Amino acid sequence: MNLELLEKLTQTFGPSGYEDEIRAVIRAAVEPLADEIHVDPLGSLVALRKGTGGGKKIALAAHMDEIGLMATYVEEKGFVRFTVIGGGIRPGNGSRVRFANGVTGVIYVERRDDPSTQPELQHLYIDVGATSRADCPVAVGEPGQFIGPLVRQGQRLVSKTMDDRVGCYVLIEVLGQLKDAPHDVYAIFSTQEEIGLVGARTTAFRVDPDIAISIDVTATGDLPKALPMAVELGKGPAIKVKDGGMIAHAMVRDMLVEAAKQAGVPYQMEILLGGTTDAAAMQLVRSGVPSGCLSIPCRFIHSPSEMVDEADIHNAVKLLLTALRTCE
Amino acid sequence: MSYTRNETLITTLQTLADLTGISGDETKIRSAIKPLVEHHVDTLRIDALGNLITYKRGTAEKPLRVLVTAHMDEVGFMVVGHTGEGGLRVEAVGSIPERLLPGSHVWVGKEHTPGVVGVQAIHRAHGNHQAASVEDLIIDIGAKNKEEAQEAAPLGTSITFATRFREMGAALTGKAFDDRAGCAILVALLQGERLPCDLYGVFTVQEEVGLRGARVAAYAVESDVGFALEGTLIDDLPKREKDVSPTTELGKGPAITVMDRSYTTPPRLLSHVLKSAEAEGIPYQIKQPGVSSTEAGSIHPARGGVPAITIAVPCRYIHSPRALLHPDDLENTLRLVRAAIARLTPETLAIA
Repeated sequence: MNLELLEKLTQTFGPSGYEDEIRAVIRAAVEPLADEIHVDPLGSLVALRKGTGGGKKIALAAHMDEIGLMATYVEEKGFVRFTVIGGGIRPGNGSRVRFANGVTGVIYVERRDDPSTQPELQHLYIDVGATSRADCPVAVGEPGQFIGPLVRQGQRLVSKTMDDRVGCYVLIEVLGQLKDAPHDVYAIFSTQEEIGLVGARTTAFRVDPDIAISIDVTATGDLPKALPMAVELGKGPAIKVKDGGMIAHAMVRDMLVEAAKQAGVPYQMEILLGGTTDAAAMQLVRSGVPSGCLSIPCRFIHSPSEMVDEADIHNAVKLLLTALRTCE
Repeated sequence: MSYTRNETLITTLQTLADLTGISGDETKIRSAIKPLVEHHVDTLRIDALGNLITYKRGTAEKPLRVLVTAHMDEVGFMVVGHTGEGGLRVEAVGSIPERLLPGSHVWVGKEHTPGVVGVQAIHRAHGNHQAASVEDLIIDIGAKNKEEAQEAAPLGTSITFATRFREMGAALTGKAFDDRAGCAILVALLQGERLPCDLYGVFTVQEEVGLRGARVAAYAVESDVGFALEGTLIDDLPKREKDVSPTTELGKGPAITVMDRSYTTPPRLLSHVLKSAEAEGIPYQIKQPGVSSTEAGSIHPARGGVPAITIAVPCRYIHSPRALLHPDDLENTLRLVRAAIARLTPETLAIA
């Protein structure tokens, strides 16, 4: 496990639409591993690893962008109001943010007459240490990321933005270890997934693959009073059957199951009720692409402390490498 | 800062705002725009959904392809039923604030048959101040019974606010400034001198019901970059509370979108537009991020991806019977859009 790389990936700035920094980090990591590198107009990075011949065009996509926030208004006293980038985000009291210009702030909720209800976004503000609008170091339109360092706790890894930098990590590992596959492998590090699967859609249109597989995190059903769901942390990568945005192509799904068996890695079948991944967009480009998804089980998704299990990461890499070698 | 009023631009706005064209029924607007631009462009066509797609060749040797959209459609209503008393049951087309509807004057159908949105007499309201939902409203066209109402306004008939353009102090007011303001600017842009880039000016349909026209236009045009011209909201009057964002402000220049609910402007395109404004001395403002959806959100995901940005004329009271804008903002939006497009180079869009 290259913890240094995973730390770099999870901590680097890159809210949806602002992926320049994370793309530079990933580019440096994949440049020695790829035959060709492209960056498309919406910023997705495509690393092409040519096959030995006679194979398919296989797109593997992990998204570079992270959820975040953006300053929408600076009050007279210098407090910053904000909106979120991406969905399903509930910043908690005292959580910290880092803006693109390096300024750090603390999120807090204003006093409310009825504190028993969940605060709305408009009740939250960010203190960036300013005393007035004039000396506020953050301007309207400045994007920010949540702060959450990487911590290892036994087999578990906790950090901000495991969604989906852990997918990027898996993809980089696959590129690094891939040998002698017949297929042309297009590793897509996509942009703007969290705001509507935009980057993967447009990049898949350009790549025009025969098969597309996204690598992303998925929720788990193993938490107190969790929504019933078969996926558990540490029980192996999850092979998507369906989620809120797509039904995995049966051929791709079965191919991944077959690869898991051949590789001898544990796996789980995933049915996710809400949410979706880049695969949902990729399967609908042009005249349609058989698509599936390999998921890394993850707890506390879209919080600054997303938790994954190290074994699931290793096993996802093994599974994908086997799939690329054996799939026909 | 104040400029000589651009009378041509204002007249175009007046002409277009006074015409009716709810989403899906944009024929009158398209027919009015066509003669205004056809002698200034190289080609012009109408696509399957009703978008008016114009092309004006660029002067550069290898011109960039630039898509500029403005939507022709406006919010309004459609007749979905008739009551025994001769009232029209309607559904909203696009989002309309229900609380301001009772008592509004409307135009029904192609002939602008006058109508009024029914309102319960205050004497009988019994303290019920809740706004009725659109489904519970009726529109009264003076029909005596169901048959007369069906005859005058069959199912599917379009309805808009009955508002004529007029000036109010220094401001211009009228209905449908969202997005006839954008249409007027795009007309002026096409009427102006050739630019270095290949300009695809598209007057789109069905924006208010899901950014639909721009989606297929962006696919067809296959541009390198897109600009969506809009009339956007000002939230400063009446003031809700002190020290909150007004979203945009009147008279402070074109509103530039960093991010809205439909897309995020690529930073390099945003900085290009800001630099263009600064270089030309054009005032501008940053629109409150995260508010509303625009056609840039449909242009972005077209084909292999098209960087796009929304630039808008700030308007008070949009989606209501009478919006209000400042002529300087109209003129400055035209100047900014023109300057930003003229200054585009392949390097502007380059990404590493």
